[in-house]
Amino acid sequence: MKYALFICTPVGGEELSPEEIADDPRFTSYIEEVRSRDIVKGGARLRPSTDATTVRVQGDEVLLSDGPFVESKEYVAGIDIIEVADLDEAISLASRHPAALGGGSVEVRPVWE
Amino acid sequence: MGVNDVEEAVAAAFREEWGQVVATLIRVTGDWDLAEECAQDAFAQALDRWPRDGVPRRPGAWLTTTARNRALDVLRREAVGAAKLREVAVLARDDGPYDPDDEDDEDDSGVTDDRLRLIFTCCHPALPMEARVALTLRTLAGLTTPEIARAFLVPEATMAQRLVRAKRKIRNAGIPYRVPPAHLLPERTTGVLGVVYLLFNEGYAATSGADLLRTNLCAEAIRLARVLARLMPDEPEALGLLALLLLHDARQGTRVDAAGELVTLEDQDRTAWDRAAIDEGAALLETALRRGRPGPYQIQAAIAACHTTAATAEETDWADIAALYGELRHFVPSAVVELNRAVAVGMAEEPEAGLALLAELEKAGDLAGYHLLPATRADLLRRMGRTGEAAEAYARALDLVENDAERRFLEKRLAECRSA
Repeated sequence: MKYALFICTPVGGEELSPEEIADDPRFTSYIEEVRSRDIVKGGARLRPSTDATTVRVQGDEVLLSDGPFVESKEYVAGIDIIEVADLDEAISLASRHPAALGGGSVEVRPVWE
Repeated sequence: MGVNDVEEAVAAAFREEWGQVVATLIRVTGDWDLAEECAQDAFAQALDRWPRDGVPRRPGAWLTTTARNRALDVLRREAVGAAKLREVAVLARDDGPYDPDDEDDEDDSGVTDDRLRLIFTCCHPALPMEARVALTLRTLAGLTTPEIARAFLVPEATMAQRLVRAKRKIRNAGIPYRVPPAHLLPERTTGVLGVVYLLFNEGYAATSGADLLRTNLCAEAIRLARVLARLMPDEPEALGLLALLLLHDARQGTRVDAAGELVTLEDQDRTAWDRAAIDEGAALLETALRRGRPGPYQIQAAIAACHTTAATAEETDWADIAALYGELRHFVPSAVVELNRAVAVGMAEEPEAGLALLAELEKAGDLAGYHLLPATRADLLRRMGRTGEAAEAYARALDLVENDAERRFLEKRLAECRSA
């Protein structure tokens, strides 16, 4: 089954640069594991929600606002699409994600197929 | 065989076999609704055919096969695409028709594993707690949706919706239908036992005649705990849970008097306690403790056994109980456990020692708003003869209590203290 993992981190938490992530053993061991098992089918790391622009359309008018759709204590810092056997495997993977270990959370959502 | 005998045999088979039939059908078809439907149909056929053909030697195997054949029919009728047809073909190969000569083969349907699979799936932590409880009662215990709704005091539509959502989540989120692998097993087992314990407490909290459907939950919980103890013989906590429920349930009939008023443990009629249940519970506890792997249910059962095996209230071994609560703290670090320990210490030593522990709890503030905190203080003060202070504490407890029977009990105590 395919799942999307929404990697959420606390607003105002540390934002590691790609170089820092590449040097962080927590991330490198995790990334190595998912790579070796060919679990991750896609995904992206996202810029913080302060860089977000939210678009709404009312009638003919396009309304833009600065920032995320909903203000919250956490923001989605990345999305991984994974393919595993079942929810237990997805949970097991999510529970080892460095973001979940570092004060953030991971929302596991089945992909609608 | 008379019609009544057959009806009774079907009813007994329902109690004994429903969970197994549903559990097997879910494994075979992967479809929870179809499994329930076909199980229901099999019991209806039993009512129709057993009076004519006699009750089969192994009703469970008969029912499972009948339900399975029904599922095959339904799937064949619905099979439109090639994939579906293949599925049906696999099904037919997997499970041949019912063979009455094959009755000695106890393992033919993987009975044991299926029921365990079912309960571990029903109690998966990705489901909300109330859904776990409802699903377990529906699929494993065979209660109807209206029965479960009445037992949990929610409208039938709400309960139906809850069950639909839970089954949908199992399917859509890919919750596996299996006994968890070894590394997940301890944690998941705790979850399963927790659901059964919660179920029992729902029933145990009900005391009056109007709540009879809720007290029925105690019997269902004990039935499920028996199944778990049988299916997980190496898990001492499963035995401990069954022991605990039996020991609590043994006192059920004496907890309220004829007028529906609460009777405290020390005033209960010990001769009316269910001796058979107490003996069984105590024996189970002993078996569990011999495994040398204590856990919260075994310890709570040991506490319950201290109470139920004391010939009189005065002979209760409060020092033992206080020590057991001390032990329980390591497994369940909760303020309620501390509160119970304070009571036991107050009874084992001097009430002052209990009051000192209560003062710490009051300072910590975890139980602010919990009526049993001032009620416990009141009881210790009453035992010391400090009735004025006790009355004040009873009044504070009365401000917080929600259950009517408990309210009347506290009011009675308050009146006694005021007139002392």
